[in-house]
Amino acid sequence: MFQVRIHGRGGQGVVTAAEMLSVAAFDEGRHAQAFPSFGSERTGAPVVAFCRIADREIRLREPIMAPDALIIQDPTLLHQVDCFAGLKKDGYILINTSKTFDELGLGEFLRDWPPERLCTVPATELALKHLGRPVPNMPLLGGFAAVTGVIRLESVIKAIEERFSGKVAAGNVAAAREAYAIVKAEMEEALHHA
Amino acid sequence: MLKQIEGSRAVAEAVALCRPEVICAYPISPQTHIVEALGEMVKAGTLAPCEFINVESEFAAMSVAIGASAAGARSYTATASQGLLFMAEAVFNAAGLGLPIVMTVANRAIGAPINIWNDHSDALALRDAGWIQLFAENNQEALDLHIQAFRLGEELSLPVMVCMDGFILTHAFERVDMPTQEQVDAYLPPYEPRQVLDPAEPVSIGAMVGPEAFMEVRYLAHAKQMEALKLIPAYAAEFKAIFGRDSGGLTHTYRCEDAETIVVAMGSVLGTIKDVVDEMRETGHKIGVLGITLFRPFPLEAVRAGLKGAKRVVVLEKSMAVGLGGILSTNVRMALSGLHMHGYTVIAGLGGRAITKQSLTKLFLEAEQDALEHVTFLDLDWAIVNKQLEREKAHRRSGPVAENLLRDIGVVAARNY
Repeated sequence: MFQVRIHGRGGQGVVTAAEMLSVAAFDEGRHAQAFPSFGSERTGAPVVAFCRIADREIRLREPIMAPDALIIQDPTLLHQVDCFAGLKKDGYILINTSKTFDELGLGEFLRDWPPERLCTVPATELALKHLGRPVPNMPLLGGFAAVTGVIRLESVIKAIEERFSGKVAAGNVAAAREAYAIVKAEMEEALHHA
Repeated sequence: MLKQIEGSRAVAEAVALCRPEVICAYPISPQTHIVEALGEMVKAGTLAPCEFINVESEFAAMSVAIGASAAGARSYTATASQGLLFMAEAVFNAAGLGLPIVMTVANRAIGAPINIWNDHSDALALRDAGWIQLFAENNQEALDLHIQAFRLGEELSLPVMVCMDGFILTHAFERVDMPTQEQVDAYLPPYEPRQVLDPAEPVSIGAMVGPEAFMEVRYLAHAKQMEALKLIPAYAAEFKAIFGRDSGGLTHTYRCEDAETIVVAMGSVLGTIKDVVDEMRETGHKIGVLGITLFRPFPLEAVRAGLKGAKRVVVLEKSMAVGLGGILSTNVRMALSGLHMHGYTVIAGLGGRAITKQSLTKLFLEAEQDALEHVTFLDLDWAIVNKQLEREKAHRRSGPVAENLLRDIGVVAARNY
């Protein structure tokens, strides 16, 4: 079972991201379970959502306390919430930022981490560019597909096109594609340096 | 058709397939998405003929359902928590009048203190209202139980409450197999009321009954509920024949063959418990699970049969009887009359407290050693409990409990993560 925890703020589409990740996994014939941490539905408040992906029925109902991957939709949370709590050793981390892990002050903390599993993507900027709105969740799913390989980019695109239509769908698809390409390039560079 | 959708959406689609004619609701979290989706379907004309009635309160929601049902319409509503309590008088009336309303209860705690999260306090507070009460383990079962609920309620002329864990199920996206309209139509015949307000043949419903016959009316309500114990397994079997899966029934056992310890529970926590049981079985622990799908009428014989060979029973429940212990466990204990085994009550998950595999594993290992108290509060934070008790001893005006405890743990706003 692969477990993903998404941290963000109310209004950033954190819950939608978890739901759509589960839809993308479902489209690949897998079992998936997405659910929010309830009760903090206020714009700007820290929000957490969860997604489990597995090849058999998922019966577990506890919050994800030991994630395999983290998606951090807002880097200002790094100083407010213990985003890394329980993260499995060598787990994947994807942060919405145009800074590097060093610039975020995480370089030392993640020194022994496999560098190709530490990725950043300027998802808010990509969303503004392609969609005209600062909602980073769909480009982050594109980036997630790249860094983890747990789902395919095509499945993310399919999930976007099922949920949205017209310009919103097209913008999100373009943003997800670009995020995917950016993260792929980052990973290659990391492996090259390693 | 397999779909990856939210639990509330799945229930809304299943209810729509049951062709309800009147839906009345006063939205309260976490069932809001269910009636929202049904409202959209009615407005779009995809659910027709059906009248969606926005009411001013939960009391009105149940009252409208009563009127609609008495006039011969298949009626549905949904609520939770304080909403259910607010409609309580009408809930008793619907059962007393024998009207087959189906209601989803998206289970949630009852205040004070204010809390929006899941436990079973709401539905269990109305356990003796005369409704049939079914508890869903996952979203597939939640949607399946609604289809069975209309059939069962209308056959017996009794209202049915389908309980599903608020947020944990209602807000979870997971895979469900959505039946076709043909399948539901084959299973659920059109509503043939046993009593109906018809201008062509006027009758009154809801007479005042004095001491001369009140007990007899009550007895008949009990006898009718007991009939459900026979009908439910039959309807579950028929459901399987049409829809191809096991759903509903009285109870479900899991890995109970040769089990020395059996855990009894209701609702979505059964999934987590099963995962723990699988892990413990791998290391040789003889442990199993008995899930209760039907809480009212309480399936005493099925529970007794399921638990008979065990050495001990751990009833884990998301509810409590203040001043006694457990509610579910008190019911289970009645099924065990005369059997010699250890019985433990575990109160867990109140107000949305996460029930984790780690805590369950530790709990079950202690149970196997018969090292549990008769009543255990799982993962209780004794430090803040004792601090408050000290405070109360020291000062008569020790202040409001909820506020004191929040201050002690330094929580700015309520959270569960």
